[in-house]
Amino acid sequence: MPKEPVAVVGIGQTKHVAARHDVSIAGLVREAALRALEDAELTWADIDAVVIGKAPDFFEGVMMPELYLADALGAVGKPMLRVHTAGSVGGSTALVAANLVAARVHRTVLTLAFEKQSESNAMWGLSLPVPFQQPLLAGAGGFFAPHVRAYMRRTGAPDTVGSLVAYKDRRNALKNPYAHLHEHDITLEKVQASPMLWDPIRYSETCPSSDGACAMVLTDRAGAERSPRPPAWVHGGAMRSEPTLFAGKDFVSPQAGKDCAADVYRQAGVTDPRREIDAVEMYVPFSWYEPMWLENLGFAEEGEGWKLTEAGVTELDGDLPVNPSGGVLSTNPIGASGMIRFAEAALQVRGQAGEHQVDGARRALGHAYGGGAQFFSMWLVGDRPPAG
Amino acid sequence: MTPDREVAIVAFAQTDHLRTTDEFSEVEMVMPVLHEVLRQTGLKTSDIGFTCSGSSDYLAGRAFSFTMALDGVGAWPPISESHVEMDGAWALYEAWVKLLTGEADTALVYAYGKSSPGSVRDVLTRQLDPYYLAPLWPDSVALAALQAQALIDAGHTDEPALATIATRSREDASANPHAQLPGARPQGEYIVGPLRTGDCPPVGDGAAAVILAVGDKARELCDRPAWIRGMDHRIEPHALGVRDLTDSPSTRLAAERAGAFERPVDTAELHAPFSSQEVVLRRALDLDDRVRVNPSGGALAANPMMAAGLVRLGEAAARIHRGASDRALAHATSGPCLQQNLVAVLEGENRA
Repeated sequence: MPKEPVAVVGIGQTKHVAARHDVSIAGLVREAALRALEDAELTWADIDAVVIGKAPDFFEGVMMPELYLADALGAVGKPMLRVHTAGSVGGSTALVAANLVAARVHRTVLTLAFEKQSESNAMWGLSLPVPFQQPLLAGAGGFFAPHVRAYMRRTGAPDTVGSLVAYKDRRNALKNPYAHLHEHDITLEKVQASPMLWDPIRYSETCPSSDGACAMVLTDRAGAERSPRPPAWVHGGAMRSEPTLFAGKDFVSPQAGKDCAADVYRQAGVTDPRREIDAVEMYVPFSWYEPMWLENLGFAEEGEGWKLTEAGVTELDGDLPVNPSGGVLSTNPIGASGMIRFAEAALQVRGQAGEHQVDGARRALGHAYGGGAQFFSMWLVGDRPPAG
Repeated sequence: MTPDREVAIVAFAQTDHLRTTDEFSEVEMVMPVLHEVLRQTGLKTSDIGFTCSGSSDYLAGRAFSFTMALDGVGAWPPISESHVEMDGAWALYEAWVKLLTGEADTALVYAYGKSSPGSVRDVLTRQLDPYYLAPLWPDSVALAALQAQALIDAGHTDEPALATIATRSREDASANPHAQLPGARPQGEYIVGPLRTGDCPPVGDGAAAVILAVGDKARELCDRPAWIRGMDHRIEPHALGVRDLTDSPSTRLAAERAGAFERPVDTAELHAPFSSQEVVLRRALDLDDRVRVNPSGGALAANPMMAAGLVRLGEAAARIHRGASDRALAHATSGPCLQQNLVAVLEGENRA
């Protein structure tokens, strides 16, 4: 029997900010969950199971927080799963939830991811020294900067490309009411004049630390028929992982990312992603990852990604808009960031993205990665049910 | 629910569970059990369709602790893989769902935990409500003792009955070469009344792995696969004050959904770290004296955090593999005082 088609019928986010002092962790997740239920015009009673994800428990200092959050998410008496795949977790969580529907184990599933980074300090949470392992130095930026440098050296990209991405994403964020950073006076010069943190990564080319949550309601074909607003349909979804450290690893364009994208395109029947995909929500925590992932995901030939960025192809009005929402560079509640990418892709094909809507978006890609660029999760959503 | 696709546990391996393993990293602890289940089936890492693991950053004392264990799997070329920050029993559940979608035909599931580097009683307080309860540092034994006292007050058990459970478990563990506490031992002094040393699980380190396969693939890999006839898990409210600690409605509901009550089981592997919790689970699952409960010795004989639930599924499956059971129930728990519970029903096919 073929898989049950999976539809996204409800999406909810919090307004992402540096610190939500007005709510507990439970209050934060409940806000996103209630918005997703409201969007789907469903109640807690319609939900069969809850799948929750977040990045390390150390970020809030709560071990296995799903136990404490069961009540706030209406999960009492229901199955509740907790996914943790590092930075890709928001995407993986959505995929685990989608599989519950696809396998016909449950009909309607609430999935949610969150991070309340103000409860601690994520950079130092990631910087604990571990014997016999390569240190992350100062947070993720120290780990990723050498790989950006390697990309520049390999492709000959001019050192202006990173600031173009940051300038674009921060302008896009101004059109997204839920985005964390709303820099109304942003200019390209300001990005370029910002302090160098981890050469070649400047301050304005890095993501913020956000408090926030994102939730989605996933359902089967029958559930989609009752949906008050157009659903987004899952046409393909995959996860791929590779080891953190080994001699053959290409940190600039990891094989796991290429394989993951190829699997998603195969499932969705996409043969030319550059032409057949209308919008991309890509996990870009440091601006240079846009050109790098354009190549890794098959939107550009190797060495050519930066040319698409430089030519304006990835602008909101370009022919392959990347991160119309403002992306991770404007909003980064780490554990939720992947799910926000997946949810924003779904908003695009539902035609519900408001001011940052890409005209006529019919197929969109949501992308997330994590760990030492070793965990990947992606889904491709469309405005029509998948064939078959 | 009754799944459309037949899925079975075809291989199981576990470490010897030890009080301390200072000489091993987590990766070194996991690798032998991964190699063992692959050896049992003749599969290579590259033959596996989906991999899923369970562990906890808090035991390792650092963020993203599971990323290094993945290196031990040999994830190259890249693999389809996921991780739950839960006991490995839930990783097995995620893998089972993946196989039911038809996207994979085999799955590798593993789980591990080292409790020895810290004080697990203190560490587990961090999984309580962070605003109201965790600041008071109520430890896991104290919370289990509240539950045990509630059971005694309700007339469901008494201290001599708890001692009988403890003794039976350790005696059964004598036949389990992996157990941490094999053989009868004294009940000892009170740790937190009414629980004595004997009523509490040992603190230890360990890992486990299983391989799942579908249909004829399972029959090819194993002489007598342990078919998963149903599996479900449910969670209860977190706050102990709003739960009846003498009952486990989530276990009963999960068992019902897994089909456990449709026909009697001959074996039950229950994840009951405290003797008193076996009393709660037996009542919730309607298990009588005809059912062989925890022939492995259960969590009272070895309780490696994050792996102990997966070990229950593995022990139940191994009994079916050996022909010692035809229909077994396996249970895993998470959270204080049995907050979250998973039940699976496993069956062997009758041989002609």
